[in-house]
Amino acid sequence: MSTATSHAEEVHTHAHDHEHEHHELNFWTKYVFSTDHKTIAKQYLISGILWAFIGGSFSIIFRLQLGFPDMQLDWLRPILGGWIDEGGKLDKEFYLALVTMHGTIMVFFVLTAGLSGTFSNFLIPLQIGARDMASGFINMLSYWFFFLSSMIMFSSLFIETGPASGGWVIYPPLSALPQAMPGSGLGMTLWLTSMTFFIISSLMGGINYICTVINLRTRGMTFTKMPLTIWSFFFTAVLGLLSFPVLLSAALLLIFDRSFGTSFYLSEIYIQGQALPNVGGSAILYQHLFWFLGHPEVYIVLLPALGMTSEIIATNSRKPIFGYRAMIGSMMGITVLAFIVWAHHMFVTGMNPFLGSVFMFLTLIIAVPSAVKAFNYITTLWKGNLIFTPAMLFSIGLVSLFISGGVTGIILGNSALDINLHDTYFVVAHFHLVMGAASFFGLMAGVYHWFPKMFGRMMNKTLGYIHFWFTFVGVYMVFFPMHYIGIAGFPRRYYSFTAVGNDGAAAFTDMNAFISIAAIITFSAQAIFAWNFFYSIFKGKIAPQNPWNSNTLEWTTPINPEHGNWVGEIPAVYRWPYDYSKPGAEQDFIPQNVPFSATKSSNLPEEEAEIAKEKDIDGLLGAQNESYNR
Amino acid sequence: MFYLIGLLSVIFFALAINVISKSIKLNKSLAANENTGEAVDSSNDANAYGMIIFWALGTIAGVWSFLVAQPDFLPVAASEHGLKTDTMFWVSMAVVTLAFFFTNTLLLFFAFKYRYNKNRKATFYPVNHKLELIWTVIPAIIMAILVFTGWRTWRDITSQAPSDAVVIEITGHQFGWYVRYAGVDDNQLGNYNYKLIDETNNIGIDFTDKHSFDDFTATELHLPKGKPVLLKIHAQDVLHSVYLPFHRVKMDAVPGMPTKFWFTPNISTDEMRAKLGKKDFNFKLNCTEVCGRGHFGMAITVFVDEPEDYAKWCAEQKPFLATNPTYLAKVPDNLKSKASKYIPVEPVAVDSAAAPAEEAVSVN
Repeated sequence: MSTATSHAEEVHTHAHDHEHEHHELNFWTKYVFSTDHKTIAKQYLISGILWAFIGGSFSIIFRLQLGFPDMQLDWLRPILGGWIDEGGKLDKEFYLALVTMHGTIMVFFVLTAGLSGTFSNFLIPLQIGARDMASGFINMLSYWFFFLSSMIMFSSLFIETGPASGGWVIYPPLSALPQAMPGSGLGMTLWLTSMTFFIISSLMGGINYICTVINLRTRGMTFTKMPLTIWSFFFTAVLGLLSFPVLLSAALLLIFDRSFGTSFYLSEIYIQGQALPNVGGSAILYQHLFWFLGHPEVYIVLLPALGMTSEIIATNSRKPIFGYRAMIGSMMGITVLAFIVWAHHMFVTGMNPFLGSVFMFLTLIIAVPSAVKAFNYITTLWKGNLIFTPAMLFSIGLVSLFISGGVTGIILGNSALDINLHDTYFVVAHFHLVMGAASFFGLMAGVYHWFPKMFGRMMNKTLGYIHFWFTFVGVYMVFFPMHYIGIAGFPRRYYSFTAVGNDGAAAFTDMNAFISIAAIITFSAQAIFAWNFFYSIFKGKIAPQNPWNSNTLEWTTPINPEHGNWVGEIPAVYRWPYDYSKPGAEQDFIPQNVPFSATKSSNLPEEEAEIAKEKDIDGLLGAQNESYNR
Repeated sequence: MFYLIGLLSVIFFALAINVISKSIKLNKSLAANENTGEAVDSSNDANAYGMIIFWALGTIAGVWSFLVAQPDFLPVAASEHGLKTDTMFWVSMAVVTLAFFFTNTLLLFFAFKYRYNKNRKATFYPVNHKLELIWTVIPAIIMAILVFTGWRTWRDITSQAPSDAVVIEITGHQFGWYVRYAGVDDNQLGNYNYKLIDETNNIGIDFTDKHSFDDFTATELHLPKGKPVLLKIHAQDVLHSVYLPFHRVKMDAVPGMPTKFWFTPNISTDEMRAKLGKKDFNFKLNCTEVCGRGHFGMAITVFVDEPEDYAKWCAEQKPFLATNPTYLAKVPDNLKSKASKYIPVEPVAVDSAAAPAEEAVSVN
């Protein structure tokens, strides 16, 4: 740590040759329309947290219906108004609206924008040694398009016909025909408009992340010296850039079908006593387009969480991440394979069974890099010296959930077994564990770990521990029993199970009630986090320079970095980010900006050769400064 | 139950507030001695023990909950392919449960064992190619075996239906299922056209096709035991999905795109009732693709009969044309004689007023 700070002080004396960074900032340009990646990251984070509470509360409302089908919900009338019917029950269409909005909000607004938006923005410039994103302006636009998208989606909650309610996948024709359900009217129009802006936002973000990682790495930061966080953000951005446009095209065609009388997805429909003129369209076409984004989306949500976890587990195990290159390789494998497995969501949609066979093979290949990642995490813990910070606890939790949810993917990816399990609670359990909860744990780990860098203050650790244990135990209590309900053949998106027949509904009454109670407790426990988060922003203990004794570059910036991140020169990078507990080193960590020539006692034989390259790296300083002054 | 939740949340809230206020106090008093340079606080060991306690309690809860839930799982598959997929499911489940247990145990056990100790230094162990090769190849082999067996079963299930299969048409609509049988005379379904749908002919049977004449409809699904059955699946308005949970059958119903699924039911309703000891047991057909407000209630009853009972039941059913003789008007002249065979002996006079109007519709 001392090396890091002295290095920072040393360069402090250099002339400020970044005049353009120092224009006056008023409240609006500093906190609202900011082009500083750190501020934009915080905007994403706080929006994401607010959305998470909205999306979470929706799940609690529909869990009340599922867990306690006889409960009188009149007490919710002050909030839900007419959505509670005269009998004191949740309206059946509103139930579907809740399910739909829960999915949409959690997948896109919380785990895509709130997770990738926050940490890609925050960490990419700080960890690769850049003053900001490649384009601060586009980055700002990215957030404000997301904000616009959020507002449109939020407004759809208050309209008379209700928000979109055909499931988060909005399969046509249900979503295309307003006469099929009220939610397919104005609510769906708003959903599509909102998602269009969301896609624009995430594309602008993604282009920025990719450009920044490729072009703005500090001198010495080669690709193989990048932290795994950056690798994961990079792959995530590539995934998003290639798959989101396909969702946009799917949405556009749906907009055409809805508003301009085209028949891309509609054919031979008789509804409400009327035969529609549309012929020749294919409802399956939409599903192909949707899942071409939908499946990569799973990894868009998951990869940043895995990347941050790699960093946090290595730091708090005081040990290098095991198999750094294998980790990059498996993420690369996942990124490529993510594009060619989409139709495993469609085994029983009537798609040609031969295609089903192909996608089954491809799907199960993707399990291999995922397994490699899990084993590498576990080996990183082996013979470490583990410090259980809240971030570390959430990271271990992520690995556990990633495994537990991942293994059932092997079952669902098998098309023969998927016949019975498709669209049952088994699927719900599977994806909530592997992408929902695991990514959420990654988000939490990231917040706890980088909070000191974001706000210059520490979060309360004890509250963090309590938050973790409630959430970890709670998530398992909610989603583990759902496998059983799925094996019993209960379909998802059911308002009640009265029609499954043969006392099926009665058989799982207790278990459904148990799940609902566990969900309520888990959701309530998030209040501990919210309190800790907002309280610590203002009243937390002042953070030290490098609170976790970490190697990455962000901890070499001032405790409260200004726009531009480093005062004076950006540090150079000489080594990979995982030199923890290196034999012969004075401390149990050597930051990336410490040259090998300063650590003679701990250098491995092959690293002696690196010393000669240090002069070349230092020689790039002029070119680097030049690039910022252009 | 509501009071229980209310009570629980109140208790929980009180606990949370209590914990928050205590920890703030604790934090304030600790703030002074936290700069001593120690990397961890006293909670580190507590969290490590938490991991191992979680492992122990989680294992017990996992096994116990499985035993509790097991009696309510779907009973033995009532179709031939279902027996195969069930076996494969439980074999795969055993494999993944083993992997799940093994890796989670290592994870939580390592977390406990290697908790911070200031007298110990972590082992610098960045890479081991042999290990990585092992845990790339082993999952790959296991996966390959599972996939290959899965693929063979999938191939058999989705193969062409036998030519003697009993053909039954199922049409999903908001919110119910229409069932049409091919009839006792030709075992062939007639054409249909969504533009021919009206209040009586709610499937849109096309009476210009001679195969339609003996087709009959029903509100329940009857299947012959031990014979291959081919379901031809349609949807009228939005996506639906045919799900026969007890037969492990599922296939989406898509407007404008006919789908199909064939299988062989091998346990009759009566046998299943005896097996489960439930006199009122019935097989079900549910919808598993969200289709609107009535989605959850979109079910019909399925009866699997002994083949002779099935034949008898079919013979008792009246063709659609017999119950609705006015549709004779839609039959082209050259087929009229063939069709009138199905009209009751005392034919209802063809409604001459209605016929032209209907003719106009059928032009399409």
